[in-house]
Amino acid sequence: MTKPKALLIDITKCIGCQACALACKEVNGLPGEEEEELSATAYTVVKEKDGLYYRRLCMHCKEPTCASVCPVGAFEKTPEGAVIYHAHKCIGCRYCMQACPFSIPTYEWKKRAPKVQKCIMCYQRLKEGEIPACAEVCPTGATIFGDREELIQEARKRIKDDPDLYVDHIYGEKEAGGTSVLMLSSVPFESLGFPANLGDRPLPELTWAALKTVPSIAIFGGAILYGVWWIIDRRMELAEYKTKQQDSQSKKKT
Amino acid sequence: MSIKLPFKITFWKVVLLLIWVAGLIAAIVRVTRGLGAATNLSDKFPWGLWVGFDVISGVGLAAGGFTIAAAVYVFHVKRFYPVLKPTILTAFLGYLLVIVGLLFDVGRPDKIYNPLFMGNPHSALFEVAMCVMFYTTVLFFEFSPNIFERLGWGGPKRWIGRVTVPLVILGVILSTMHQSSLGSLFLIVPQKLYVFWYSASLPLFFYVSAIAVGCAMVIFESHLSFRAFGHRLKHDVLTDIGRILLVVLVIYLLMKIYDFYMRGVWSQFFVPRMETWLFWLEVLAGVVAPIILLSVRKIRLSARGLYLAAVCTIAGFLLNRLNVSTTGFVASSGVNYFPSWMEIAITLALVSTGFFIFAMAARYLPIFEHPEANSKAEVASIPKRALDVGALPKS
Repeated sequence: MTKPKALLIDITKCIGCQACALACKEVNGLPGEEEEELSATAYTVVKEKDGLYYRRLCMHCKEPTCASVCPVGAFEKTPEGAVIYHAHKCIGCRYCMQACPFSIPTYEWKKRAPKVQKCIMCYQRLKEGEIPACAEVCPTGATIFGDREELIQEARKRIKDDPDLYVDHIYGEKEAGGTSVLMLSSVPFESLGFPANLGDRPLPELTWAALKTVPSIAIFGGAILYGVWWIIDRRMELAEYKTKQQDSQSKKKT
Repeated sequence: MSIKLPFKITFWKVVLLLIWVAGLIAAIVRVTRGLGAATNLSDKFPWGLWVGFDVISGVGLAAGGFTIAAAVYVFHVKRFYPVLKPTILTAFLGYLLVIVGLLFDVGRPDKIYNPLFMGNPHSALFEVAMCVMFYTTVLFFEFSPNIFERLGWGGPKRWIGRVTVPLVILGVILSTMHQSSLGSLFLIVPQKLYVFWYSASLPLFFYVSAIAVGCAMVIFESHLSFRAFGHRLKHDVLTDIGRILLVVLVIYLLMKIYDFYMRGVWSQFFVPRMETWLFWLEVLAGVVAPIILLSVRKIRLSARGLYLAAVCTIAGFLLNRLNVSTTGFVASSGVNYFPSWMEIAITLALVSTGFFIFAMAARYLPIFEHPEANSKAEVASIPKRALDVGALPKS
């Protein structure tokens, strides 16, 4: 069985060379040069804040919000950990973009037959036994690829070995139920613009709490409504019958 | 020499024409050059006016269809029968327009049938899509007797007549499911949707406010039909619907207050920012104002007062849906979204098309007739006793 994989991004090691972003473009056939923000032609970007370089890319949630909200199931969490996209299913409702807690998916706004675009952890390479292009080209080891469990151990070790450098937080270990992209930083992740209020539970649970009640509402609601209809109808029938009887009795008397 | 036109040119006809021309241009741009050219949507703001108004609000505005049908057929409040047909028509038109609006909004309208074959039961949007599709079909059957009658097809009209009650119950269930699930769409964005509008009770709020706006739409369209065509409906029927509207609005307000109390967001109520103003406008003009108007007996009994209360409710409803689906996301998205003229043009074109088709149907189909005036078979299907029993006490 395939062990779930992950990427570990150590922000303290990133030098902002953009090698990952460019390798990503090459491997995924995306046009253009370096970009500032994620777009349909940039699955990952390297950003800078106060001398720190950090990456934005799909976090590959263990229970992906995009996969849960998609009405046609166009997203799939593979056993390797990658969240991949099946363009032939997608109807373009963009609910995945609206719902993603990390605001990752992007859209080909200018195309007449647009697709959603996002990092797929180089899934085509994973299947061939290779590692994601960004991890392969990173010259400093700021992005590494491996088994998720082992990378969490590695991240813990780094924090323990240098507690002054790192904030004691492996971003992605628990966020929104855990992700297959893990990050280490020397400053709180919130200050880099990563959502900090996600909680430890997978977000799809919030929808499911409401959605799971639907079948029983449908069945019991239908039964109750039919019962109400029947009772009122029957009572009216009886009332009418009674009136008729009274009418005929009064006729007899006269 | 003057040219004689087959119709009179009026101000509203010119406006209608202008809207349609603008809508047509926008539609051409949307189809030929894509969403990016036609809209102000972006990766940071993927849902805008078309989702918020054309789809999410549109479905709600058509909610009168299931509430009035339930009142008439399930609860035997037969005196609402005169408003049933126009309401079913509004609902049917509403859903058709929602589907047209959706075809503009989704990126791949050519794949719109995909949910039928590859549905994801964990998606609230999948549930909405299925329910909207089935309920539009139900509405077609609920409305079809009017067409059959016009065509003189006795057979199909009788067949539908036999299954009316199960059909209406199915419609109520489907509506309950998707009106609330439209609220469930936003349960998954607790950190993105602004605190006033995010609540675990969103499905319930959406359901109750849909019932309210359904009642308001019945009053609204009855008033407009009267002004346009002189179709006078029994005023006491509308007053009764106004009373139901009042009760539903009070329930809605109490639920809201309870929700705010439980979530402890009182401190946010006076923070000076856009969301605060929009929120107060929504609640004061759209909920509190109609409650006050409808509580005063004299206002409720006057046609204009009732109409005003309905307009307030509808405006508040629209503001609420737009807040939940668009403006509530502005703060977290980091960008300011305002719809492009093309988004607005298509929305206006859809709304005006709705008015236009309604007017045409009101003229050519037997929509606004009282049961007494209808065919014998129909009078037989509505027992006389039913016109009185189960009616609300006179106010």
